[in-house]
Amino acid sequence: MAKTVKKPVLSVKNLSVEIPTRQGILTPVDQLSFDIEQGKILGVVGESGAGKSMTGNAVIGLLDPPAHISGGEIRLKGKRIDNLEREALRKVRGKEIGMVFQDPLTSLNPLLPIGEQLTETILEHLPVNKNEAQERAIAALEEVGIPAAAQRINSYPHEFSGGMRQRVVIALALCAEPSLVIADEPTTALDVSVQAQIIALLKRLCRERGTAIMLITHDMGVIAETADEVAVMYAGRLAELGPVRNVLTSPTHPYTQGLMASTPLAAKGKKRLSQIPGAMPRLTDLPFGCAFHPRCPIAKDKCRSDPAPTIEAGGGKAACWYVNGEKS
Amino acid sequence: MLAFAIRRAFQSFIVLLVVGLVAFSMFNFVGDPIDNMLGQERTDADIERLRTQLGLDQPFPVQYYRFLEGAVQGNFGISYRQGRPVSEVISERLPATLELAFVSAVLAIIFGVALGVFTAIRRNGWAANTIMTLSLIGVSLPTFLIGILLIYLFAVELGWLPSFGRGDVVDLGWWRTGLLTQSGLKALILPAITLGLYQMTLIMRLVRSEMLEVLRQDYIRFARARGLKDKSVYFRHALKNTLVPVITVTGMQLGAIIAFAIITETVFQWPGVGLLFINAIRFVDIPVMAAYLMLISVMFVSINLIVDLLYFAIDPRLRIEKSGSGK
Ligand SMILES: Nc1ncnc2c1ncn2[C@@H]1O[C@H](COP(=O)(O)OP(=O)(O)OP(=O)(O)O)[C@@H](O)[C@H]1O
Ligand SMILES: [Mg+2]
Repeated sequence: MAKTVKKPVLSVKNLSVEIPTRQGILTPVDQLSFDIEQGKILGVVGESGAGKSMTGNAVIGLLDPPAHISGGEIRLKGKRIDNLEREALRKVRGKEIGMVFQDPLTSLNPLLPIGEQLTETILEHLPVNKNEAQERAIAALEEVGIPAAAQRINSYPHEFSGGMRQRVVIALALCAEPSLVIADEPTTALDVSVQAQIIALLKRLCRERGTAIMLITHDMGVIAETADEVAVMYAGRLAELGPVRNVLTSPTHPYTQGLMASTPLAAKGKKRLSQIPGAMPRLTDLPFGCAFHPRCPIAKDKCRSDPAPTIEAGGGKAACWYVNGEKS
Repeated sequence: MLAFAIRRAFQSFIVLLVVGLVAFSMFNFVGDPIDNMLGQERTDADIERLRTQLGLDQPFPVQYYRFLEGAVQGNFGISYRQGRPVSEVISERLPATLELAFVSAVLAIIFGVALGVFTAIRRNGWAANTIMTLSLIGVSLPTFLIGILLIYLFAVELGWLPSFGRGDVVDLGWWRTGLLTQSGLKALILPAITLGLYQMTLIMRLVRSEMLEVLRQDYIRFARARGLKDKSVYFRHALKNTLVPVITVTGMQLGAIIAFAIITETVFQWPGVGLLFINAIRFVDIPVMAAYLMLISVMFVSINLIVDLLYFAIDPRLRIEKSGSGK
């Protein structure tokens, strides 16, 4: 990909996450690199267990021990944040990086009014007094489309529907005006009818403020509509990364090709959906060489013996020995 | 919520009626008070006079009705042993027990919650592990043994604290308190620890396990992701969510503290209603026993009622379901 002059908001280089277990050290995230520019949306896709959430948690510094970052670096607006002290990292969370989780029903503390959850976050990160925080909380709720926000500020989470709660969660993630939002499957737990609204809301707010988004999802439709770039993960590694149009229409990695052929949206026009045979290997028994080779239609000896290099391909990069069938 | 309160109050009333029947039945089935009250040299006339005086010549339902009527007014008749009104005997002794139970409960709650939170947060630290191991001792040692050990250590060996009695008391007219004198406070320490230790360990272990459960919840992750301070995450978000089960158990334990005061009071010769009850059993002083039973059950029932109402104060979700099928 062409080098841009703009500094990326988030820059992840060779990030690895390790989990020491009794069966040995697992590597749910392995040598991952990607950038997100200001106001841009990076979609992160991949099968369940590919390491998407692990990556998001590593970026915001919320890995559950014993999982930990074992290599690489994470830079936010040029500053390294992967080696920060606990307290310094806490100040980055919420202030510089907002997070939206999958399930709005469980993301909010059931015993605190939503207004209090907003003001505590605002007071934590911004130099305002209680009244100003309260005003900001109301404004934040209005922005995410909660009707009669001023009256509802003292309502408890259970008094809102799932879609409304996810709006509150988004207000919480954005209330300190972070430069990056990590949204981990923000619509998976919602009714289909409100999924599009939530995505549109997230997109609009971030566009207005120039907030970058790391959008983790299974939904290729969402990726197609919202993302600027897309990263495809497989078994903890980056399979392919590139502009969304290229990856969706002319993927270069055999895994992405298989993935697209199996998605209704991307496979539009084809008579039937195909499926990649087999399943993603578990972290405890990753195959030798390229992790995808047992399922790969074009795998050769090289793929069985050596991990695939990441090379420039199709306007982005792909990790494959034989991108588009040619030896790299 | 009002409907709920009324329903609970009604249930409590039924419970008290049943306990009342049990308490009253003792008059007919346990021992013979006349035997105990009159010595060897008694005449049939003496017996008859006493029988009438105590109302023992009336038929069963009449006696039960009289018992209930009296009980409601706090009148439990005359102590067989002391020959004075039971209400008087009990109200003399009650402050001692209530002060002991109150101090034990406060100690148990403060230390139980604090240590529970601490051991949950520092889940794998050596201090937390040590406390958890020690708490096993607290749970498994019987109360009287703890009392005796404490007496041995602090009263006999070190001589720091008295081993029995209540120290000096100050008479406030309707209440005799030991909390205002130095000797009273000193005398309170060992019994209060003895009585509260089990409850403290229980509360601590409960708070710990509830905290560990709550700390796994999404909203705690989200609170962390919002960059809130640990203090706020642990106390504002996590602890509050552990309170409903903790209050349930703590409430039941408060009742237990008052009931178990019997043992502690015996070990420390603490002049409360527990000791009174033990002596009443020894002398088959049934009116005192019955009154004690009723008193304890009133306390149990009212604590339960308060606990139920506290749920509403803590958990907003219950307030909504008030009119529905909510229990
Ligand atoms: N404590 C742990 N011990 C061992 N393995 C773990 C642990 N936590 C996570 N993993 C593994 O790490 C891998 C990455 O998990 P992650 O949650 O990042 O997947 P994901 O891509 O977000 O999947 P999904 O789409 O289901 O959310 C998974 O294979 C998971 O089994
Ligand atoms: Mg996930």
